Amino acid sequence: MQEDEANSSTIQGERHSLIDQAHARFTTVVVIFSFVFLAISLRLIDLTILGVDKADYHQKKTIDKKVNARSDITDRNGVLLASSLKTASLFADPKMIDDPVKVADDLIKILPEEPYGKILQKLQSNKRFVWLKRKISPNQHYAINALGHPGLDFREEYSRIYPQNNLMSHIIGYTDMDGKGIAGIESGFNNLLSENSKDLKLTIDTRIQHILHKSLADKMKEFKALAASGIIMNAKNGEIIAMVSLPDFNPHHIGDPKDIKYFNNNLSGLFEMGSTFKALTIANAIETKSIRKDQLFDATKPLKSGRFSINDYHAKKKIMTVPETFIYSSNIGTALISEETGKEKILEFYKKIGFTDYINTELPEKAKPRLPNPWRNVDTLTTSYGHGISVTPLHLVRAMAAMVNGGYLLDPSFVKSEHDAISSIITNTENQVISEDTSEYIRQIMELNVVDERGSGGKAKVEGYRIGGKTGSANKVINGKYSDKKLLSSFIGAFPINDPQYIILAILDEPIGHKKSWGYATGGWTGAPVVGKTIEKMAPILNIAPILNNKLNNILHKGKKHDASFRAN
Amino acid sequence: MDSSFTRTDRSILGLWWWTIDRFTLTAILILILFGCFLVSSASPPVANRIGLDSFHFVYKHLIFLIPSLIAMFLISMMNRKMIWRLATLMLIGCFGALLITPFIGAEIKGATRWIHLFGFSIQPSEFAKPAFAVTAAWLIAKRQYDAKFPGRLIASVIFISIIFTFLMQPDFGMSVILSAIFGVQIFLSGLSMSLILGMVVLGIIGIFMAYTMFPHVASRIDRFLDPSTGDNYQVEKSLEAFSKGGLFGTGPAQGEVKKNLPDAHADFIFSVAGEELGLILTLIIVALFIAILIRTLTRIYDSKDLFVILAVSGILTQFTLQTLVHMCSSLRLMPAKGMTLPFISYGGSSMLALGIGMGMLLALTKKRNTDNMPIPDRKSWSFKSVFN
Repeated sequence: MQEDEANSSTIQGERHSLIDQAHARFTTVVVIFSFVFLAISLRLIDLTILGVDKADYHQKKTIDKKVNARSDITDRNGVLLASSLKTASLFADPKMIDDPVKVADDLIKILPEEPYGKILQKLQSNKRFVWLKRKISPNQHYAINALGHPGLDFREEYSRIYPQNNLMSHIIGYTDMDGKGIAGIESGFNNLLSENSKDLKLTIDTRIQHILHKSLADKMKEFKALAASGIIMNAKNGEIIAMVSLPDFNPHHIGDPKDIKYFNNNLSGLFEMGSTFKALTIANAIETKSIRKDQLFDATKPLKSGRFSINDYHAKKKIMTVPETFIYSSNIGTALISEETGKEKILEFYKKIGFTDYINTELPEKAKPRLPNPWRNVDTLTTSYGHGISVTPLHLVRAMAAMVNGGYLLDPSFVKSEHDAISSIITNTENQVISEDTSEYIRQIMELNVVDERGSGGKAKVEGYRIGGKTGSANKVINGKYSDKKLLSSFIGAFPINDPQYIILAILDEPIGHKKSWGYATGGWTGAPVVGKTIEKMAPILNIAPILNNKLNNILHKGKKHDASFRAN
Repeated sequence: MDSSFTRTDRSILGLWWWTIDRFTLTAILILILFGCFLVSSASPPVANRIGLDSFHFVYKHLIFLIPSLIAMFLISMMNRKMIWRLATLMLIGCFGALLITPFIGAEIKGATRWIHLFGFSIQPSEFAKPAFAVTAAWLIAKRQYDAKFPGRLIASVIFISIIFTFLMQPDFGMSVILSAIFGVQIFLSGLSMSLILGMVVLGIIGIFMAYTMFPHVASRIDRFLDPSTGDNYQVEKSLEAFSKGGLFGTGPAQGEVKKNLPDAHADFIFSVAGEELGLILTLIIVALFIAILIRTLTRIYDSKDLFVILAVSGILTQFTLQTLVHMCSSLRLMPAKGMTLPFISYGGSSMLALGIGMGMLLALTKKRNTDNMPIPDRKSWSFKSVFN
């Protein structure tokens, strides 16, 4: 090889300059390539983290606004009631769909519940953006992705998930497709929840809600009632612990909003409550000193007022004491008491206990009570036992809480306050509607109604607990007339009655009596056992200890012979 | 490995280990690993879509990887003489195959580029590129010693013949790559600047003609210049993939956009890297390609052998240009041109051809004590001399 080197020196020199030039030009090529690589690197940084070009390829995706996940909603103990999950929504760019029939055929296999024609129509349109199906399942997302049709794409949205399904439906409410609150807390706190700040904590206790829901649903089934509702309110600070309105709905699948199941009986429903009003009538009469506590009322015959005649449901045909009118639930008796009180004082009282206005809670659902207008003389009599006046169940619960808690009218609340403001609320005399003495009297006659065997609330009795309450069985107004058969049966209880912590209301709409109830469907047979069962189950959960000695019987029967089962403990 | 081969080891393997460009070799092996991962992640949705077994492409990728690695290893052991002989033989074989491809080949997506052999689809044009790069380098370099030898002319004739077969398929992209290889080699071999300018003009005319003659080329350029004129589906998806990936990526096999990329496993695998591996790892892939480029330049910087310079520059141009076109297409830095990402994309014969090409590059960039020696000169030229 050495001889090759020893060629002519001119070629050698030429060759060397040629080689140098080749190296120089190779370097130039490499530098140019390197610059392109540099451009690629910059472009990568731009696309991945700077996002300068994002608007460019998102152009066809019209509104690509950042949607926040709504905040979670929890109960008072932190149990999750509503949360947000990322979900894919399917849309199409029909301009990029070559074969709408094929794409529609493929899609209908994955989304069988969608109308084929509608999908096909959307796919063949000239638009650049059409929703095909909002919020599809992960499996559907995967399957549609695997089809690989250009022109089908997904946008990330948030789905609202309600882990308790139906249980809280009327409290939490629901949102529409775009995540806007439509009912309940979701609507009442729409702005706050949309900001995705921190969790919203409610006053509701999921455990108690479940107990009330179950007790009501069971009774509703047993008596084949049309609807049922129940409220448990803290009698000392107005917190709503549970609120059930049946039928309820699954907040994940919202149908026609006019359906009865979306109606919140407790907040929007106006009902003639019936005899539970007697507690209010007596409280007002005592408070205004319109009657004496030892006054007697003649309930031996129907009370006539013009063309109206007032009868007793369980006619005792006797002259009654005030507590007797209460436990026998005598319409005649309470009408006579009311007559003593008079229209002005009654109206003033209704105003004081909030029966002339809406209750403003955190939920948007509300209704204004309907008072007789004009107020005729007979209305003074009928309103005394809860006829001719319609209030919402929440109005009644709120008023009854004031009757037993020492007279303080509280604002019901659904959202838990960070500060425990109980003491300040309960002693605010501005809210006091009756005196402590009157309240004590009402507590006594309410307890009597449950413990005395003549009382109508016996089925609310729970061993070891002091419970007071009043039944209500109102004849429903059907086509402007009171129906004999159709009742709104209820029971409102307070517990423990000596120092009420909770007010519990249970209502059944049009219950039908059956064999076991001897055909009865009154409040004592429907609402009272619901309240009793609820208290029995909720008391241990809420740390309210039963009274297991004969103290209870001493209080109740004042030396009468003791119940054997109590002594056994 | 260092313990098993000492510098005084004169065995074939020992010699290979101490002379080979281990840096470039390592970089290639890392790219291959990235490739295996990305093909595994990107190809199952593609395979499912066209009714194949999910791992069809993964198996085929691995099956082609083994002969590719063996070819690279064996060829990298060859000396220069063996390299250009191999290249010349390969080129003849490829040319023959290219001539018959339009008649016996399978038409895929409107082009006839593949011929079926022993159950595999072979794309002869892939093998023609490195073979041509080395053959043309030898022909041009020959002029160093023999001014009368019409190396450039012969190389040009071969070039035009191959381009002709490419355009018959038609394969515009391959023609551009081959033209770039030959253009760089002519440029390096000392073509005067006026002629270079002439070639640039010719190139522009060529692209213009392609624009007017081939509708698919025209539409693709139109779409790049004005994205709203037509279907930019893959490119849009590709950009979305990079955007979704962000700094750290969605994680291995976690990509969503990739499922909507029809060519995720091949022409748009870089987008899958962007989505699943994120910016940092994607930049590392880019860095590996840059490293191979610059490292190879410095490896032959001392070389006085024009053949080596031209052959290496030709192969490197092919390798790098393919990379650049792939990356630029997926990032919309140029009109979309389907091209595989070397060693990363799925592609049976392209993988094997790359192994052969890079094997040749590694062989030519070996450190040797005879490094400064030019290749044997021949006073006279004959067909016989090519093959002795």
